Amino acid sequence: MSSKAGAAAAKENRKRQTIARAGLAAAPGRSVALEYPVKAEPGRLRLLLRQMWEYRISYLFIAPFMLCFIAFIVVPVLAAVGLSFTYFNAIEAPRFIGWQNFQYLISQDLLFLKHALPNTFKFAVIVGPGGYIAAFLLAWLISQLPSRSRKWFALAMYTPSLTIGIAMSIVWLPMLTGDRIGYLNSVLLRLGWIDTPQLWVTDPSYLMNSMIGVTLWSSMGVGFLAMLAGILNVNKDYYEAARIDGMKSRLQEIWYITIPSMKPQMLFGAVMAIVTTFKTGAIGVELSGVNPTPAYSGHLIINHIDDFGFIRFEMGYAAAISVFLLALMYVSNKLSWGLFGSKGDE
Amino acid sequence: MARPWQALTKRRGGSRLTRMDGFQKLLTLLLIVLSVFMLLPIVYIFNHAFKPYHELFVYPPTFLVNEPSLQNVNELLAVTARSTVPMIRYMFNSVFTSVLAVVFVTGVSALCAYPLSKHRFPGSGFVFAAILLTLMFAPEVVQIPRYLVVSGLGIMNTYFAHLLPLMAMPIGVFLLKQFVDQIPDSLLEAARIDGANEFIVFLRIVIPVCMPAVATVAILAFQNSWGNIETSALFMLDDEMKSFAFFLSTLTNNLANNVAMQGAAAVASLIMFVPNLIVFVILQSKVITTMAHSGIK
Repeated sequence: MSSKAGAAAAKENRKRQTIARAGLAAAPGRSVALEYPVKAEPGRLRLLLRQMWEYRISYLFIAPFMLCFIAFIVVPVLAAVGLSFTYFNAIEAPRFIGWQNFQYLISQDLLFLKHALPNTFKFAVIVGPGGYIAAFLLAWLISQLPSRSRKWFALAMYTPSLTIGIAMSIVWLPMLTGDRIGYLNSVLLRLGWIDTPQLWVTDPSYLMNSMIGVTLWSSMGVGFLAMLAGILNVNKDYYEAARIDGMKSRLQEIWYITIPSMKPQMLFGAVMAIVTTFKTGAIGVELSGVNPTPAYSGHLIINHIDDFGFIRFEMGYAAAISVFLLALMYVSNKLSWGLFGSKGDE
Repeated sequence: MARPWQALTKRRGGSRLTRMDGFQKLLTLLLIVLSVFMLLPIVYIFNHAFKPYHELFVYPPTFLVNEPSLQNVNELLAVTARSTVPMIRYMFNSVFTSVLAVVFVTGVSALCAYPLSKHRFPGSGFVFAAILLTLMFAPEVVQIPRYLVVSGLGIMNTYFAHLLPLMAMPIGVFLLKQFVDQIPDSLLEAARIDGANEFIVFLRIVIPVCMPAVATVAILAFQNSWGNIETSALFMLDDEMKSFAFFLSTLTNNLANNVAMQGAAAVASLIMFVPNLIVFVILQSKVITTMAHSGIK
């Protein structure tokens, strides 16, 4: 949007300048000072336009991305936000119903209030920070290894994200199978920690924990890659200088050098952790093998959206839930950015 | 090496192992154990593809194959021979769009990230906020409006519809912007004083210094495009225009409880996975080697 506006504005601005110059040329006797009172009204706009013209290269740079971004993301998202105020079943034309979807969502929708919302909170509070810290720690550990082996360890850690569907359903099913053949059950039985095989993925009281475990296992995604690159990018001289200054432990190095020097990557990791956690949904269904999950124990907000969007075809309501989820993520983001502090310019 | 003073000892020679200190040895051991656990999916994919039928359905699934056979490969070949559109065509579509996607997504994202980070042009804050916000929107309900946009633009059933929706990858811009943030302004300023215009600064300084991020974005772009089923399912009308991933998913889709073709499906998922693996390893080593001579001081 702004790129187009920028280009248009730039053109506009150029026209004005030529007009002004022509005016000056035509009437050389007129003093420049006289012009200012006339132009005083749109002064701020003019200033803005001139500024935009000065930055025309910047707008040119962002234009290709922005065009695709607007067409395939901004417009559809805005349309979805619009749909959230309608009743839309994907067949008839949407019918405007105002805030009704939202009212229903936060007052009547028991499935949402009793299951989706608390489940998502529990899931997010553990998986978000847990995955984030795990990703950082693993990235740091890998960075401590000789450089030739790093690539292979990075690959290993990233594998679950690389093979997402297969990883979830197939690797974990034999582990968590409910009978005594399941690896986890058989190990725990042998150790004597449990007396009977536990139904890790079909018992409502265990499903959520299994989901959290599996998701943590696969949480070394793009945030992890970014943090690994960030850690390796830290200027090695800092460590040397700190060592000369008497820094003793590696923990001090992490805290006083590594983390402060890679703030942008830490921030990226945090945002991605929040986004991916809140957008997780399929895992509960994949693990338990039934949709919806047993007693809604693994029902997350995304499942709720899927349920209304693709099963009940109430697109308007699904859009309303999406908007709610967006608000939720936005708030968590603000909270985490507040925790990181100092990044005042965004 | 992790720390510079170790680099000094490195020059004294000796094998790589003797150079590792105790901490590194312990760490390697620990990470190897963890890696084995993390790598299970790869082990599984490779073994599963070569399992004969009586092993494919063992429950719970086994990771290793006992009697490897090529029977599944033959089955896949037989299936593809029967399909009306030759498999090579699907392959071409996928390779073509994936290569273009990697080039364009990284290029376009980097072009956008540089001014967002280093030029304080009017609206930059707004644009960045919009990118972050849309990152958080659940993709489910965006499908219908996106379909309308694609058909409105008149690019249904063309390669543009494969490519353009993927080019808007907010994560890529976000990631690159975070890395460009780390480039000191003085470095860019020095180049400008030497007479470089913004394009030269971008090509000669921003891109090389941010190579780790560029490579990471390329990995993501490839993964997105190679495994993409959505654009084929929604925007492509003719079978010749659909992607290899889509073709393979049609093999596996109808077999929820079906015995037939599970072998072909197992080989198919191996074929889908291997390019991801190769691209990741190549690009990730780029991430790691560029560190050594990065210009950030």
